[in-house]
Amino acid sequence: MDLVLFYVIGFVTLLAGAGVVSARNVVHAALFLLTSMAGVAAAFVLLYAEFLALVQVLIYGGAIVIVILFALMLTRHGEFQVTAEHRRWPVAAVASIALFGLLAASVVLDDRARGTDARVGVGINRLGAELFERWAVPFEIASILLLVAMIGAIVIARGGGSDEP
Amino acid sequence: MSVTLLDIVWAAVGAVALVTAVSILGVSLVWLERKFLGRLQGRPGPNRVGPFGLLQPVADGIKLLWKEDVSPGPSAKVLFYVAPLLVFVPSFVVWLTIPFTRDLALRNLDTSVFFFVAFSTLSIVGVLLAGWSAASKYSVLGGFRAAAQLVSYEIPLIVIAITMVALAGSMSFVDIVEAQRTVPYIALVPLAAVLFFIAGLAEIGRTPFDIYLAESEVVGGPLVEYSGAHWAVFYLAEYGNTFLVGALTALLFLGGWSWPFGTLPAPAAVALFLTKSYFVTVLIFWVRGTYPRLRIDQMMSLGWKILIPLSFVTLVTVVVQRFYGWPSWTLTLMSLATLALAAWLQTRLQGAPARALAEKYRRDAVVVQAKPRLHREAPAAAKVEASS
Repeated sequence: MDLVLFYVIGFVTLLAGAGVVSARNVVHAALFLLTSMAGVAAAFVLLYAEFLALVQVLIYGGAIVIVILFALMLTRHGEFQVTAEHRRWPVAAVASIALFGLLAASVVLDDRARGTDARVGVGINRLGAELFERWAVPFEIASILLLVAMIGAIVIARGGGSDEP
Repeated sequence: MSVTLLDIVWAAVGAVALVTAVSILGVSLVWLERKFLGRLQGRPGPNRVGPFGLLQPVADGIKLLWKEDVSPGPSAKVLFYVAPLLVFVPSFVVWLTIPFTRDLALRNLDTSVFFFVAFSTLSIVGVLLAGWSAASKYSVLGGFRAAAQLVSYEIPLIVIAITMVALAGSMSFVDIVEAQRTVPYIALVPLAAVLFFIAGLAEIGRTPFDIYLAESEVVGGPLVEYSGAHWAVFYLAEYGNTFLVGALTALLFLGGWSWPFGTLPAPAAVALFLTKSYFVTVLIFWVRGTYPRLRIDQMMSLGWKILIPLSFVTLVTVVVQRFYGWPSWTLTLMSLATLALAAWLQTRLQGAPARALAEKYRRDAVVVQAKPRLHREAPAAAKVEASS
């Protein structure tokens, strides 16, 4: 039953992913993206990673889809018909296939993943302790990166002239 | 443990039960709000259909279902009909992890606070889509207003939720309530309770913050073009969320089902929890009957300049208190001091433009006083001119 559910979820996720790149209407594409993200979250639940599933819903399902929708709705419709049939789409295809290959290879070739019992979820307490003790420095670096990105976004949005207060 | 077919059947039964419960809750809250608002305004409220007007929401519901379901011609039909679901589904999925007593919850997750945070953001997508898909300028404006407002007020709400998690040392509502067995958290962090209530009000778009539904500005915002059953679904989600804010405030700050005089038997505990939740819900209705709507710029500056800094200050004070193990009354003291400081600063700063205006009027008043003297002199001059 687990396996059946996994295949159903995987099928829906992939179908929605195909919908993202093939939908004519960009807002439909954004909704397909939301469905696809929800599918990935469901897969995480099946793999006993409920915290990851919730992060997936919060960050990708909520925040990122909202930002994408905002950007789509604030720009005009006509522009997207042109960008969708861009001449350099083969480059994009090669890049995404290469990225997929890299990620898949890293998962398949990783010996550690095979040895562990994936059926045991990691508790939230252990996750927090690991994140804030052992991996504290990378965590802080990531937060500084986000802060820099935020300041950069504000500078760009303000138009960045030296004469401005 | 693996998933069986029986689990899926039970999940479906649970979902149906949940939707029914949330719907009944919403309908009962409509009656409560109309009756309470009526009393606040010196009216009897609904009193014709059934005893005390109890059947009024049922009659309203039947009317709504019989109404024609209209969609505007240029609207994106699929999105137009999907959007109400995207608003409604998160609002009842969140109830999955809300415990009514220690043992009575549909699912007791270790991460139930985070579950609430994650799923409550999803409804923003629905509101935004509802506004955009109707292809009406008022609903598009309303949709953008809604997205801006909900994204802004999500931050203080989440930071306060994190604060309570840090205070209790657990992400589970059950543990947070158990930690309040002797002292409810509203006594420890009154500022956090105030911030959570205000941010919650904004998050559900109730009256001082119903800016994206403002009839006088955007004639109903994202919901302009909805009618009949689809509009009813939005309405139901709104009342479900209103009670959700009441329940969350009761869980995080008022001690949920616990009270300081020992452990209650389960039915009494549920009754206590519901009493607290209804108390906060009635408070929300009361605020609606009392305060006028904010302007959109006031709403944004309240969120970004006051609520967000204050919520981070609360988080830092709580974490510092927990880390150094100071006695808990220091936390109350710090929280109250921050609240008092913020209130004092706010009244001073808020008064500043008004004081400047008063000063200007006082200066203008001098000129007005001077005018009659000129006026009295003028006829004299005219007389001189006439006599010469």
